[in-house]
Amino acid sequence: MKPPRSKRLSAFRPQIARLERRLFLKQGLSLGALSLLSGCTLKDDDAVDRLLIALSRFNDKMQAALFDPSKLAPTYTEAEITTPFPFNAYYEEKDIPRIDGESYRLQLSGLIADKRPWSLSELRALPQSSQITRLVCVEGWSAIGNWRGVAFRHFLERIGADLTARYVGFKCADKYYSSIDMPSALHPQTLLALDFTDAKYGYPLRLRLPTKLGFKNPKFIGEIFVTNDYPGGYWEDKGYNWFSGS
Amino acid sequence: MVGGADKPKTIHPLFVRVTHWVNAFAIFVMVLSGWRIYNASPIFGFEFPKDFTLGGWLAGALAWHFAAMWLLALNGFAYLAYGLVSGHFRRSFLPISLRGAFDDVFLAMRGLLHHAPGRYNAAQRVSYIAVILAVIVAILSGLAIWKPVQLQTLTAALGGYEAARRVHFFAMAAIVAFLVVHIGLAVSVKGILAAMFTGRAEAPR
Ligand code: HEM
Repeated sequence: MKPPRSKRLSAFRPQIARLERRLFLKQGLSLGALSLLSGCTLKDDDAVDRLLIALSRFNDKMQAALFDPSKLAPTYTEAEITTPFPFNAYYEEKDIPRIDGESYRLQLSGLIADKRPWSLSELRALPQSSQITRLVCVEGWSAIGNWRGVAFRHFLERIGADLTARYVGFKCADKYYSSIDMPSALHPQTLLALDFTDAKYGYPLRLRLPTKLGFKNPKFIGEIFVTNDYPGGYWEDKGYNWFSGS
Repeated sequence: MVGGADKPKTIHPLFVRVTHWVNAFAIFVMVLSGWRIYNASPIFGFEFPKDFTLGGWLAGALAWHFAAMWLLALNGFAYLAYGLVSGHFRRSFLPISLRGAFDDVFLAMRGLLHHAPGRYNAAQRVSYIAVILAVIVAILSGLAIWKPVQLQTLTAALGGYEAARRVHFFAMAAIVAFLVVHIGLAVSVKGILAAMFTGRAEAPR
């Protein structure tokens, strides 16, 4: 199997995801229902891709069911922190966005009562907490790091986000984007991190949640939105499993 | 039904044959996609040749791996339940004797081991039980690295995330080592491969 196949897989993922969500409410995950779509967007030889996509959506559901909102990720001591912490992004380290902290404003949109933008000093005025946890990358490696910032749950409550909505999405200054489920957003260890080892890991603001793989921890966040429409993500749209819980 | 001399008898129950071939398919998908996943971040100083992997790139390999894992686990569970409840394991795998297994291996190497249809020799018994255990270890260590937070007790029991990754790798290596010998013998010892499909031993000539 050569890359083009996987590219096709990614190209149809959002459509499938949307259709599948609608159908799932009514009749559960059925491959027959998915194949109804094949006439309009999918190629004939894509039966295997469709099966894999359907199973990836099924795995989203299994992981959501397995997710225990009160189960805490193991924490580590300062001596166990990995140094240097690996830099990982879809671009090279020299291409990280340079953001001016003074003029930075976090934008809010979607199902949020108070959409007023936030400056860094306002975010720093909120209660801060820190965690030393293991970041597990989808590639298999892992590293222990230290992150400090605002409990995301506290922030979401503070801005009057609709906590019954399904997704929280992130748009980043490096053109990266991602989204997580609301229960994971509300997990006690999910942080809107302001302090970490180096600016290259996401200055001025990144998400840190030890309950998901590394690529679900967006860096250089510019905007946060709350929605019921599946927002996908940079890697998710290319074929990585969306839930990707740890 | 009384089996006459020319009446072929069933040596592999249908349930065993079906679960065996489903398992073989699932294992091949798991191993070949697993090699591609390994290549994304090799633990040891080598990579698997790309042409012997499944999935094209990391996301495709993960999609295969996380799809076939259900087939592997459900089919494996059915096989284990059948083997235990029906008495198939007791009849076919017991008694086991490590000494007997060594003796059989030496006999086989000198070309003196006779394969009696419908009866596993001591070396087969030991290796089948070993590979079943290796698959179980692969599944458990796989769960440990898939969900190191939700299943953290399991991950900790295997020595933590990084140790569990290595356990997972060695379980794969044990399965592949078994397969090299297993497939080698299956295609070289006359008549046994067909019997794993039809269930029937060839009538003795
Ligand atoms: C193309 C791949 C495979 C071939 C050609 C093959 C062939 C065979 C054959 C011919 C037998 C019967 C041996 C006899 O009658 O003496 C057998 C039994 C068995 N094989 Fe395989 N096999 C394959 C893959 C696998 C895999 C992937 C596993 C496990 C990881 C496996 C595990 C077993 C076990 C446990 C038995 C004993 C089954 C029982 O009676 O419960 N095989 N295989």
